[in-house]
Amino acid sequence: MKSSVIVFPGSNCDRDVVVALKKFKIENQMVWHDNSTLPKSDLVILPGGFSYGDYLRAGCIASKSPIIEDIIKHAKKGGLILGICNGFQILIETGLLPGVLLRNKKLRFLSKNVYLKVTNLENKFCINYKNNNIIKLPIAHNEGNYFANDKILKNLEDNNLIAFKYCSNKGDINTENNPNGSSNNIAGILNDTKNILGMMPHPERLIDPILSGTDGSFMFEGLLKSY
Amino acid sequence: MKISSEIITKHGLKQDEYKKIISLIGKEPNFLELGIFSAMWNEHCSYKSSKKHLKKLPTKNKNVIQGPGENAGVVDIGDGDAIVFKIESHNHPSFIEPYQGAATGVGGILRDIFTMGARPIATLNSIHFGDTNHPKTKILLNGVVSGIGGYGNCIGIPTVGGEVKFDSSYNENILVNAMAVGLVKKNKIFYSKAEGINQPVIYVGSKTGRDGIHGASMASAEFDNNLEEKKPTVQVGDPFTEKLLLEACLELMKDDSIISIQDMGAAGLTSSSVEMASKGNLGIEIDLNKIPCREKKMTPYEMMLSESQERMLIILNSNKIDNAKKIFKKWGLDFSVIGKTTNTKNLVLNFKNQEVANLPLSSLSSDAPLYARKWKKFVTPKIKKQNIDFKKYKILESLKTILMSPNNSEKSWVWEQYDQTVMGDTIQKSGGDSAVVRVHGKNKGVAITVDSSTAYCLANPIAGGKQVVCESWRNLIAVGSNPIAITNCLNFGNPEKDEIMGQFVECIDGISQACTYLDYPVVSGNVSFYNETQNRAISPTPTIGGVGLINNLNNMMTRNIKEVGSYIIVVGKTSGHLFQSEFYKEVVGIKDGPPPDVNLFNEKNNGLLVQKLISKKILNAVHDVSSGGILVALSEMCISGKIGAKIKIPENNIDLHEYLFGEDQSRYLIEVNEKNKDDVSSILEKNRIYYEIIAKTQKANLYLDKKFNISLTELSKINSMWFKNYFNES
Repeated sequence: MKSSVIVFPGSNCDRDVVVALKKFKIENQMVWHDNSTLPKSDLVILPGGFSYGDYLRAGCIASKSPIIEDIIKHAKKGGLILGICNGFQILIETGLLPGVLLRNKKLRFLSKNVYLKVTNLENKFCINYKNNNIIKLPIAHNEGNYFANDKILKNLEDNNLIAFKYCSNKGDINTENNPNGSSNNIAGILNDTKNILGMMPHPERLIDPILSGTDGSFMFEGLLKSY
Repeated sequence: MKISSEIITKHGLKQDEYKKIISLIGKEPNFLELGIFSAMWNEHCSYKSSKKHLKKLPTKNKNVIQGPGENAGVVDIGDGDAIVFKIESHNHPSFIEPYQGAATGVGGILRDIFTMGARPIATLNSIHFGDTNHPKTKILLNGVVSGIGGYGNCIGIPTVGGEVKFDSSYNENILVNAMAVGLVKKNKIFYSKAEGINQPVIYVGSKTGRDGIHGASMASAEFDNNLEEKKPTVQVGDPFTEKLLLEACLELMKDDSIISIQDMGAAGLTSSSVEMASKGNLGIEIDLNKIPCREKKMTPYEMMLSESQERMLIILNSNKIDNAKKIFKKWGLDFSVIGKTTNTKNLVLNFKNQEVANLPLSSLSSDAPLYARKWKKFVTPKIKKQNIDFKKYKILESLKTILMSPNNSEKSWVWEQYDQTVMGDTIQKSGGDSAVVRVHGKNKGVAITVDSSTAYCLANPIAGGKQVVCESWRNLIAVGSNPIAITNCLNFGNPEKDEIMGQFVECIDGISQACTYLDYPVVSGNVSFYNETQNRAISPTPTIGGVGLINNLNNMMTRNIKEVGSYIIVVGKTSGHLFQSEFYKEVVGIKDGPPPDVNLFNEKNNGLLVQKLISKKILNAVHDVSSGGILVALSEMCISGKIGAKIKIPENNIDLHEYLFGEDQSRYLIEVNEKNKDDVSSILEKNRIYYEIIAKTQKANLYLDKKFNISLTELSKINSMWFKNYFNES
């Protein structure tokens, strides 16, 4: 499996993702945002960070980068795209995923481990969570409060396009366990054809028992398995 | 412009200092030259009051590669790796404008690290605020925390630890001390000393604006009533540009293009050019028309004194200009050849084809004033033996009062605003005895802690200075590391006053004694004087940033209790010292009296023994006993491990309150399971280390016979409620 991690000015989780890809033996190349052609890839990852310092609006300026045109083509051909944190924000700004990401409900940056329920196990990113669909991953963001109109939310729910929801350690999905105020506790969503996943939590940060968990590993192993 | 005595005063210079300027340069300085002197001769840049005493600190051991005098200190951690670290204050600007003040404090200290070729791997901070009821405290706390987070989160360096303290002495002078740690290959360290004549001087990074002008002079004076007027002296940070600058510099550092490099921090272009040239015993000539400016019509005076952030000065190998230019262009940063090194030993500034300043560099650096200020020895006030009716203070109620007090409460409200896990190597985050960050790609780690002890230092500067170093050392021992060295940030009031200077001299004495005894030298730091407003100074606050090495991460230790049915042992002798304790301060309301003394012999002995036990892998958990004493330490171990304990007090002549809340030094709590109990006891006995078994772990409750029984859920709730209540959050 070949992956491309796109690096924007201000990306800061690019190295972390590459460490994870290497660990699971996914062949990766770093692609500078200024390139106008995407090298041949099965998986494109938009990493976390503060592309363009989050100026104007998180992800907004990066969504106009030269590389984006090719990424949209890749998406239309059914290629896999994973957007993590700022990457999710960029996917929303490009229009590849619906809705918006508002500032967190408490208007503060929030960095902590949260529990997630994997609510769609039928996509290439999540197939490996079948035996364990309540997982723990870190979040670290200022604008992760997913918001969309009722029609979009209904479409997401009805077509099972929500990949992750914030929940308690037992899997209860409620306001108390919604860290940022997201509609329907949404932490990650898929596009209609389920080849694009945008998520606020960071799977690449929990791939090692010494880092207090390995729930992120399942995603990378699953991607490899589904390839 | 004629230099009047009013202009001299406005530049923070004394009349006799002005006379000295004239005698050094043999002429009246022009306005620009006066500005340059003001920037270089202020306390913040010249260390004129502190230098004499800082010399007493030990600065070397077998691991030290670079001690004080560079952008940051460097220590060897083996395998060709080295750790670069430093702590610095950003107190004055943070009080005037908390968000930007704190943010640029983080930005500044990070530049000190990557200037030396290191990739920053962690930041920590020590922040002190006034009384929680003071009208400014809430706004300042909120602003500082979001400023620290705003900068660190954006640039993508984890904020892994720190401390947040409250005390009314900081009402009008908060403290924001930021520490950064970086990792570098031992043979790829960059220094600031210029070398070679006619080498190009390069300006890279952000453009120069009109912000932060006279920032360093502002930070070298007391505050008065006109605080609002000082806002333009505060710099404005742009972490996004700093991220680009970081990547561009590290990219350029891959080969030997750079001869020397220095960040433009306090006193901006002035201090960076002066320091680089004078360290190399060279001269430097700058064409100010080449400075990238943010605004039109900026004057030489503004350019030289601006403290705009995210800028670096580089002396480059002359044949590497094109390649360097390409790198900075890729990252969208300014790159300008602004001058060259010369053999004149002078700083020469040209503007519009005219020489606008010409000063011998020695007059700005080595010949700058140095003062042996008068200081007064601290006299321990006589304290009557307190006859306290301890029965009035129920143990559990006292514990609750301490655990829910702002200084002792759990601080996740703060940490959760900092990205602690970016870079994927944070093994222990805030909340433990020390943070632990893995050396990327290896199975070893760096332990880092930041500590201060305001009350102890005020009550006795020598004992306090000693204690805070020991506390730092102990925190590093507790996570299983081998302490290497420290960086210090010395925050004090106005040094022109005998008592304040006395606090400074004696705190240094204490720090020096402990550092020498523990072979735990000082490799970098800074001094912040004039933390004083309308004659009210802060309590003396030396902040110590300590760094240790864990050679094998499998031997790392944590403080949370691991299993039911194991034993809690207190290592070290308890005599029940209550003066300056949390129990006296928070519960009884006694604020005077001496701090606990530190016996350095016991400190070292107990610490090295705990280290040995950890390396033998026969301990479950370790936690140092500090503010609040044994009972608070035990509660913290229980809360973090979600396992309770049944306390059984060993027979002795000490009152129960003294035993449980006393703050005697050099002690640790260790958790040992049944299997290892005999081993541990026999090692302790063989080494003649005093120890007592004080509890056995059990499910869910903390229990003391006939006194109390409380569930951990409740205890944890009590410990974590203060910040939420303060900010009206559920």
